[in-house]
Amino acid sequence: MGIRRGHQARPVEWLAEKFIFLVSLTAIVMVFLIFLFVAREALPLFFGETNTALVQKPIPTADIDKLTPAQLQKYLELTPEQFAAMDKDTLKSLMDVKQEAQDEIPEEFRHDPDANINTTEWRYLLLPHQWNHYEKPEYIWQPVGQIQKYNIIPLLVGTLKTTLIGLLFAVPLSVGAAIYVSQMARPKMREIIKPTIELLSGIPSVVVGFFALLVMATVLQKIFGYQTRLNAFVAGIALGFAVIPVIFSIAEDALTSVPRAYTQAALALGASRWQTAWQIVLPAALPGVFAASVLGFGRAIGETMIVLMVCSASVMSWSIFDSARSITTTIAAEMAEAVSGGPHYRVLFMLGSLLFAATFVSNMIAGAVIQRFKLKLEGKR
Amino acid sequence: MSATTRRHFRAEKFDFSSFFFTGLTGLATLLILAILAVILGNILINGWQGFTWHFVSTIPKKNFFDINTTGVLPMIVGTTIRVFVMTIFVVPIGVITAIYLTEYAPNNSLITKFIRAAVNNLAGVPSIVFGLFGLGFFINFIGKHMDAMLQNPSAVWGQPALIWAALTLAVMTMPVVIVATEESLKAIPPGLREASLALGATKLETILRVVLPQALPGIMTGGILAVSRAAGEVAPILFTGVAYYMASLPHRVTDQFMDLGYHVFVLSTQSPNIEQTRPILYATVVVLLLLTFALNLVAIIIRARVRKKLRALG
Amino acid sequence: MKHIIKQFSIAALATGLATAAWAGNITVKGSDTLLILAQKWAETYMGTHADVKISVTGGGTGTGFAALQNQTTDLCDASRKAKAAEIANCIKAFNARPTEYKVALDGLSVYVNPENPLKELTVAQVGDIFTGKITNWKEVGGPDAPITVYSRENSSGTYEFFKEHVLKGHDFAAGAQTMPGTAAIVQAVVKDKNSIGYGGAAYGGGSKQLAIKKDDSSPAMEPTEDNVETGTYPIWRYLYVYVNPALDKGEIAAYLNWIRSDDGQKYVKDVGYFPLPKNLRN
Repeated sequence: MGIRRGHQARPVEWLAEKFIFLVSLTAIVMVFLIFLFVAREALPLFFGETNTALVQKPIPTADIDKLTPAQLQKYLELTPEQFAAMDKDTLKSLMDVKQEAQDEIPEEFRHDPDANINTTEWRYLLLPHQWNHYEKPEYIWQPVGQIQKYNIIPLLVGTLKTTLIGLLFAVPLSVGAAIYVSQMARPKMREIIKPTIELLSGIPSVVVGFFALLVMATVLQKIFGYQTRLNAFVAGIALGFAVIPVIFSIAEDALTSVPRAYTQAALALGASRWQTAWQIVLPAALPGVFAASVLGFGRAIGETMIVLMVCSASVMSWSIFDSARSITTTIAAEMAEAVSGGPHYRVLFMLGSLLFAATFVSNMIAGAVIQRFKLKLEGKR
Repeated sequence: MSATTRRHFRAEKFDFSSFFFTGLTGLATLLILAILAVILGNILINGWQGFTWHFVSTIPKKNFFDINTTGVLPMIVGTTIRVFVMTIFVVPIGVITAIYLTEYAPNNSLITKFIRAAVNNLAGVPSIVFGLFGLGFFINFIGKHMDAMLQNPSAVWGQPALIWAALTLAVMTMPVVIVATEESLKAIPPGLREASLALGATKLETILRVVLPQALPGIMTGGILAVSRAAGEVAPILFTGVAYYMASLPHRVTDQFMDLGYHVFVLSTQSPNIEQTRPILYATVVVLLLLTFALNLVAIIIRARVRKKLRALG
Repeated sequence: MKHIIKQFSIAALATGLATAAWAGNITVKGSDTLLILAQKWAETYMGTHADVKISVTGGGTGTGFAALQNQTTDLCDASRKAKAAEIANCIKAFNARPTEYKVALDGLSVYVNPENPLKELTVAQVGDIFTGKITNWKEVGGPDAPITVYSRENSSGTYEFFKEHVLKGHDFAAGAQTMPGTAAIVQAVVKDKNSIGYGGAAYGGGSKQLAIKKDDSSPAMEPTEDNVETGTYPIWRYLYVYVNPALDKGEIAAYLNWIRSDDGQKYVKDVGYFPLPKNLRN
């Protein structure tokens, strides 16, 4: 009979191994699907198939017979199946609706120079444009109204503004705390402090947002005396609260994983505890601390509920005491009001893909840095 | 000689910079702890009175905005069910992935790297993008096709529902389960596996009978962390299944559900009368926090044990 | 472990099977503006009709229409008229225009700080203040002080209505501050001496509500119930419920009728809106 090897010997084992392998691919499949399906809904935008021009030439309903079926189907934006299933009266009423939409436009906007613009073209999405009644070219996100303005720059600015404030607040605090907890504190203290700080990550972001909205905004306004009660500053600090546990946890891990030999050598040479921490341990753990900050950035940029609850104006302003609206917030707040499948809907999904790409890249960077950091430490050990 | 050795044991001079910076980092630690204390203190002080047995056990039937007659039972039930359904999906998939990564995966092969990268990325995807994904994939794609296949007269699956919210959350929390399980699998001494294999057990038997039972605390930690993370999330369920008010508790997976976090969100932004709803709001937050914190605490305690074991090994 | 997996799969199967059951509930979905009112109606109606189950979901008017065309909701609450694209989508989905019912009136007040001596403004002046053409109170007869403008976030129905009907479709001033709800606007206005804001007429507690003139020659009207109902107060809108005409029968029709009856309209004022005038109720 001879010796049977491999999967022939144990078919169950072989099957199980394949099954486990296949299941473990779920993560890859999901990342793929997320990108695919978020981008899919935004595709018409990329292909220039959306048109938001206010004034369009409707075809009179009486002319329905002058159109070929193909033309009619395209004009009414129907899929072939939908078109095939419809009787003529339904088609006519669809044409009526198109006509009515044009009739409803106020006289003033009919002759507005902007009424013929498709505002979902790339240059209107990204570049400033001098809209009617404005004195100079401006970046405007005003998706609701007769002329829909979809410039995404104010949202990018709002996202960066709140994220940077959050990081400026959270990084020094959490790295400082990580140094203290990992290097200075006695082991007993460490056992208590670390889980306690990590408890902060157990506070749901909607609760942080609630706290910022009801309590923090008032307190901070009293301290700083600025005018807008709900602004990017408040949102940023609240974002910081959400990011602190992320940065702290990873930075502390990185600092702790620096080989004990480093510290012992430094202390033996007469360095003080602080000198050891600052000049030996921190530089050695710097890539890890950097990665922690990058991951914190990813967390902050993707945080939704806090900014949604604290401030929401899509103004184009770099002042931290003005309101701001981040990309996540825009999606959460406006998806509900957007016409499903319409241009606004498409733009929001486009923002979603953008966000996904941004966090994907920042994750990749952080992952690569941490990987290299680990290899380096292991190599030197 | 004596000078240098003595210096090793105690600093001769008062080292100002050392004192200063130690104080500074200590202060940073203290500040973070203070933030935590202030948030929790504020919420507990303001919410404690509203947090009564009546409040957590009542299905609001009338006077929704009166703290004396309203209740959050449907929200508690909704939040609990959605995370429970989520664990049904996420725990098996997460555990199996972790088993593959620690027990089977060839070290440093391309596919292993890809899986790890995907897990890391999944952990970093913004929660609102998961919401969009749930809407685009589960509802508009899977749900619609299921309806078409089952020839439902009206949409049953192709609409926001408990099941889709739970699945969306499952995708979101997958990395949490994977990472925690992996950690606990690594903490199991290799000798245990080798002993089992040497006694003639197959690899699969070893994993099922020896490795997994040992890793159970870690797997539970992962599950609990995932649950506590998901319980507080609002953004992913906004478009995938949450309802503001329902007359009855959800009893099918295609039902919508009420939710604690979403309720906090609506009450704090849409409230018709802030003064009147404030006590309800605070009490709801207390319930939500108790739920997530209790879960977190359990997870942290178990994880601390696993880590201690890991350190003893390393 | 095996046990747990087994139990999980049994639970999953059970929940899956349970979905096969079917019940005739009424689902209501749509505008957040109507959310509180719809909930109030639902809880009251169910109090007297034990056999009917009504669930209410917000999410916005757009969400409501999306659900209506997917036939995942029976009633769609709307704080604005259906847009052409939405009507077209409905026709594509169920070959008919959705039936529109007016269910309440919403009068929008213009709030200022109680210390502000100003009493009235014309609609055009209000529009100019919010678009940023007028930036100082003295331009409209008030004290010499810069105006701080409070608005709503652009996803709210109130924002859209105000923009269309008071600002005549023009953009809000870049300096306008957005607040996450009417209550937040009122709070801000009460605190800020030079501020102006807008929102539901019944929500203005603590602030001063200006009388509004339709144009220069018409009298200034206070946003009272009478004035809104008779239409003499110029800033108001209807709130709607849309329904698929094929479903507008039996329980759903009964519920819609009740909403627009005296009995149903009683509750409109509780949540800050105004009942529908009698002649519009059929």
